[in-house]
Order: sequence, then C-alpha cells, then structure tokens
Amino acid sequence: MQIKLKVFRYLPHTGKKPHYDTYEMEVDPNDRVLDVLEQVRADSDPSLGYRRSCAHGVCGSDAMRINGRNMLACKVLVKDLNSSQITVEPILGLKVLRDLIVDMEPFFDHFRSVMPYFVNDDPIPEDGKERLQSPTQRERFDDTTKCILCAACTTSCPSFWANGKYVGPAAIVNAHRFIFDSRDTATAERLEVLNEDSGVWRCRTAFNCTEACPRDIEITKAIAEVKQVIYSGKIE
Amino acid sequence: MTQTHTYDVIIVGGGGAGLMAALYASQNVKTAVVSKLYPIRSHTGAAQGGIGAALGNLEEDYWEWHAYDTVKGSDYLGDQDAIEFMCEQAVQAVYDLEHFGLPFSRTEEGRIAQRPFGGHTNNKTGKSVRRSCYAADRTGHMILQTLFQQCVKNDTKFYNEFHVLDLILQDGKTAGVVALELATGELHIFHAKAVIFTTGGHGRIWEITSNAYAYTGDGAAVLARRGIPMEDMEFFQFHPTGIIKLGILITEAVRGEGGVLINGKGERFMERYAPNIKDLASRDVVSRAIYLEVKEGNGIDGKNYVHLDARPDVINKFAALDGRTRPDGSPYQVTADEITSKIPDITDFCRTYLGVDPVKDPMPVQPTAHYAMGGIPTNKYGEVVVDENGTTLPGLYAAGECACVSVHGANRLGTNSLVDLVVFGKHAGIKAAEYAHGTDLPSLPEDVTAFTLEQIERLRNGSGKEKPAQIGQEMRSVMMDHVGVFRTEEGLATAVEKIKELRQRFKEVRTQDSSTIYNMELLNTWELGNMLDMALVTAESALARKESRGAHAREDFPKRNDQDWMKHTLAWLDKEQVRLRYKPVAFTRFEPKERKY
Repeated sequence: MQIKLKVFRYLPHTGKKPHYDTYEMEVDPNDRVLDVLEQVRADSDPSLGYRRSCAHGVCGSDAMRINGRNMLACKVLVKDLNSSQITVEPILGLKVLRDLIVDMEPFFDHFRSVMPYFVNDDPIPEDGKERLQSPTQRERFDDTTKCILCAACTTSCPSFWANGKYVGPAAIVNAHRFIFDSRDTATAERLEVLNEDSGVWRCRTAFNCTEACPRDIEITKAIAEVKQVIYSGKIE
Repeated sequence: MTQTHTYDVIIVGGGGAGLMAALYASQNVKTAVVSKLYPIRSHTGAAQGGIGAALGNLEEDYWEWHAYDTVKGSDYLGDQDAIEFMCEQAVQAVYDLEHFGLPFSRTEEGRIAQRPFGGHTNNKTGKSVRRSCYAADRTGHMILQTLFQQCVKNDTKFYNEFHVLDLILQDGKTAGVVALELATGELHIFHAKAVIFTTGGHGRIWEITSNAYAYTGDGAAVLARRGIPMEDMEFFQFHPTGIIKLGILITEAVRGEGGVLINGKGERFMERYAPNIKDLASRDVVSRAIYLEVKEGNGIDGKNYVHLDARPDVINKFAALDGRTRPDGSPYQVTADEITSKIPDITDFCRTYLGVDPVKDPMPVQPTAHYAMGGIPTNKYGEVVVDENGTTLPGLYAAGECACVSVHGANRLGTNSLVDLVVFGKHAGIKAAEYAHGTDLPSLPEDVTAFTLEQIERLRNGSGKEKPAQIGQEMRSVMMDHVGVFRTEEGLATAVEKIKELRQRFKEVRTQDSSTIYNMELLNTWELGNMLDMALVTAESALARKESRGAHAREDFPKRNDQDWMKHTLAWLDKEQVRLRYKPVAFTRFEPKERKY
C-alpha cells in the first residue's frame, strides 16, 4: 500500500530548527512501523535517528508517538493504524537529543528513586534453596513484573508533563512489583518515597498510562493499589 | 576530546552475562559496565522458556542427567569438563537468582516451577523431564530485570550507549578498550587491568532470525582484529519455531506444554524423526525435520512452513496418545486458559503479528537463526584462550553467547543459554576480579585510539560507490540460502566467494551523516563490517568441516565422522583470509554414541 510518512526531525548539529520530513512510500500493510523507518534509512535517508533493538516488543527501545499515541514502533503494524498517513514523533516530556531519540536519564533517575530491587536481609532457608511463595502470592504482582521500562506510560502522563519531578507511572509500577511481592521486606521505605510530593498522589487517574502500555499492564490500577496501601497501611 | 577512565575490571555488554559478571566483580574491585545499549534493552530479555537446572522440584532429576543431555545435545562436541561444571553450578545459580528476587512461577508447594524442554530427559526412561525453571514465557526478561535491579541496588557504574570499537593490548596483556559515546561522538579510553566481553551473538547475518538488531558479533569481531581466534563458528542454531517471515521466536515451552508440529497433510511428523520424545527432540533435529517436510512438499499448502498447534483439543488428543500424566499421576489435560497463562507473551506476539490466537488457531512457523554455539574461545573460568594449546591472554575474559567454552558444542539445548550466561558470567566476574586484584595496571600504548580512528575514517572516506543497506541485504540472503539448516560443498563455496566479494565492496561504502550526536548510520555501518567478518568465518569453517554434526548438516557428508572431526575449529581472520586450525574435545565420562531421540 501507498503511505505518506511524516517524521519529526531534529538535528542539533545542523543549526536547523525542528521540522518534519515527509516520505511517500510503498509498504506492506503487514510491516511494522519500525520496518517502515528502516526502509527510510535504507532507501532515502540514513541519518534518521531512533533507537531499536529486539524488534518484537520486549526490549523497550523504540517507544515513540505514532499518530499521536505512544507505542512501540516494532509492535504496531501499518494496517492496524487504519490510515495511510503516519506521523512519527518523539515521546513527550523528555528532552529530544536528536530526531526520535530522547534523553532517558531523568526517566531512569525516577526509576532508581523508588528502590526498584528486591530486599530481604533475613537469612535464606537453611537448605540453601528457594524462599517459598505460593502460586497465589506470585500471581498477586505478576502484572507489574511485565514492565520493560520503555517509558511509553510516563511520557503519556499529563501529570508528568506538568511536573517532571513526578516519579511517573513506570517507577510506581516497579515499586508495586516489590511492594506486593510476599518475599520482599522494604515496603515501608518504598512507601515513604512514594508518599512524598513527587510520589503517587500526583496521579490524577487519567488512564493515559494504561492505554499506552505495550505490555498491557493495568498501570492505573497498580497505582491505585499503591495509594490504597499508603492510605490503609495494609497490603492486600 | 578523548577522556580516559581507569578501572580494575571493564565489562563490555550489559546483558545477562555482563550484569552477572558486574555483580560479582564489583564485590572486590572497581568495576564498570560499558554497553552500546541501555542494559535493560539487551537480548537476554527476549529469552522465553526457562533456565535448566536439576532442582528436582517435580520429579527425580540430577545434574549428572542434565550434563549427559547437554553432551548428547552437543553431538559430543561440547567439552565435558565444562559441561559438568555448568550443570552442577546451574542448581546454585538458579537459587542465587531466586535469592536476588527473581519471580519464578511456582509449584503448589511454593517451589520454583519446572517444565519439560527439548532434549532434557530422565536418563533412565529416556522420556522428557521437568527441568526448565521458568517465569511464564518471559524467563529471560525476568533474569535481565532482576540482575539490573540488583545492579541498581549495588550502585553499579554503567556507561550506557557507549560502543566499544577496539581492545587495547600492551606487552601481551589486556589494558582496556576504546569506546565511542553515542550521545557525543567522543572517544573514551577505558584503561583497565581486565576486560570481560559479554556482547552476545551475531544472528543478524541471516535473513530470518529471532535476534535483535544489536546482534552483530561486535565482541568477536573486535577481538579478531587483534589476532584472537573464533571457535566452532560453523555451528549456529536454527530454532525450529520462528514466526513465519518475521523470525520472531515461539518458545519450545509451547511444545513443553503439549503443543505439536503438524505438516500440510495434518500429520504429527516428529513421530517419524524422533519416536521417543517427538516434538521435544533437540532443536537441530526438529529444524531439519521441518526443512525435509517442506522439501517433500509437506509444508502447509505446499509452502515453506508448518504449523505449531497449541489448541487445547489437539494438545489433549496427543497427550492421551502419548500417555502423558501430571506429577500426581492423573492424565495430562489442559484448558485454553491454562495454555494462555503459561504462554502469555507468545499469545500476544501471535495476536499482534499474525492476527492468530494460539488456543484457537495453529501458528505458522519456520526455522529461524537463533543462537551462536561458536564464538570467542574460553575455558570454564571465562579466560579467553588464544590457541589450540589452551594458552590464555592475561586479563581477557568472555562469557555468554559471544563466548565458546564450549558447553554447547554442535547444538545447544533449550534453556542452556540462560544457564551459560548466569554460570559463566558469574565465574568470569569472579576470576577477572581476582586477576585484577593481583596485578598492576598496564601502561597504555602510544596512539591508543589510532586503530579506532582509522576504522571510523575508512567508513567516512570511502568512494561511496556502494551502499551498506544493499551489502547487508546480499549478505543475509546468501547466508540464508547457503549457510542455513542444510549445507553443501557447492553452496558453501558460493557463500564464501560472495562474502569475500561483499567485504571488498564494503571498502567502497561512505557514510553520509557527519553528525557526532547519535550517529547511528556510522555505528550501524561499522556493525555491518563485523557481520561480514562473522559471515566469512562461519562459511569458511562450515566449508572445511566435511561431516554432519549437530547444527552443521552437510547434505554431501550426511554422517557424523568422529574419526576425523571430533575436534573444535579455531579460525583466525588474517585480513582477507581465514586460517583454520583444530583442537581436541575434552572428555570425562560420556562415551560418544549415535544420537537418537
């Protein structure tokens, strides 16, 4: 099929202002948007800059705004956009470094701030084997283990756009993964961080994050559950 | 401006092996990870089905059985001392991961859940054994996340999006690496006592592959330019079940949970190729079976693919025929919900890319280039070995897919890639730290960045007669046609000539982007040069090996030939030529036998 692709360009070294380049091209409806970008680089303009690696939605490199919505370019097919006009832009709220590449450091700073790691200083079982956890206990936090840190959620969040100090949905998802893990013992410290000004209370339940998540994590629900734990002091 | 950073240990690559090495090396010495990707983007995260370890959580199992299965799976080319070490260590490694917080799926008793996987057997009965420890179908994702989280906890130093372009040697010892910072285009010298390469594989040299764009063989290529050989490069695994055309992996766990391969005639054809364990035979065996079915016109609608069927009624029908039972002895019967919950990501991939729901429709699959058994030669401590006598290069280490210990020999068993990267990543980290602790920082050679700059200048100043995209396309195509599942003298010779031609034409490319900021064109073109090197060594090594063993199947030499070929290939890239030598396989307790499943 014939498409018209509009891509955001920003090449700081050229001194040119940010602008859009347009390409009329023939593509397969089953192509991923990433394939289309690869085709641009191969045939028209090798200088088009973006990140990509796994090309099937698990590494989280290629979150971008496609026709106004945050998606992974490798996880959306041209035909599923239901349009022959495709506009590709960088995700919002993080500084654009070049073309579709944004500065991920503030995003990872927020991630690091919520103690996104397993803490349990109790001795391991005497036989040296695994700590026990029932399938039900394991299921409790399954959804939030799926996060690939692509930033699609955080950069779709109006609260994050309004205030970059907000840790954002991705960080809360990663805190949730440990708060609801029956083996973890650092809930109190994590909740303290999330109860701060920059924490969960900045969430206004816009649901943008849930819609943006390429892993179908119920992010807004996870955030609500963390709020509930802070409020009630109980993990259920 | 070139900056210099000084460390005891530098780790190149931030996937599972690199992060594991970082966690252990940093306990004792000053360590940093230098990675061309953000570590969390690494390809370890794409691994699906599980990590093999004889925990025996659901049935009788021993690490010695795991070792035998691995030796047999390797078609007896794996080094048995290293395999025994890995399989014994695997048990502790899995517990280590659990103690790091890895959210494994669980048994009813709350222990780590285990499932059957290809080639893993009860050594008494020959039937499949539940050995693969898993977290749904995203085990690699969980390993990568967990290790990265622990690195955050330990405040590990990362240089993210720094592309290592050269190894620094001084007086026969390792002295560091040179890297280009993507964000600025500046060169950085990482001056170090020890360097561990954990750079992953090179499956992007084939047209149909499950591998990430990042899998371009950078580590082996950088070392080859410094005179270090590659081992067993002719052995590259084609995974039998890639999504048609895209090559995206559909885990063997689908077959572990009861899925079966069906040809165009509606037959479960694996019964003919592996009467004992059928669809759960080793990957090389299943890939060849699919290829032969297609060749005989038994593909779906006569085309070049078959179906992987995971519909509950189909699973239940064949499970009943096989007499498969649950751990409690009851017949193995599944529902659609159970299947979906065991393979949620596969379900998602199929819906996204094929518009197919695995519990309602069969999945169209074909073999996909998946895993490098060969790579940088190491011993079981991760020390890089530079000749056929086991001589090591002081301070140089490699682990994970880029390395060849060799524990996978001619064919890797499913789940053993994750075992490999966890076990050898850990031990390379420990060894490198020990070495660094006991040695002084070598001086740096003069003109330390000269070779790096020369490489970059060459890409910027070629005639421009040739386009990198075109060369890449021709390389992937010839590798797929002639260096794939089945090989012949004629095809391999064609491939060697073609790759040599492409390497000459590569000298005529000229990158157009002059920017210093995220110049992806420059780095991707440099990666293409690495891939051409990998392709040449692979094709030459395959042309020389006149037998069929594991993943290397020669139509003109269909039998394994232990008399002449029970040996590892070592290949040096001397500018335009590949020089081959051989070294013996290490044996302990397993006598070579004919391989039947």
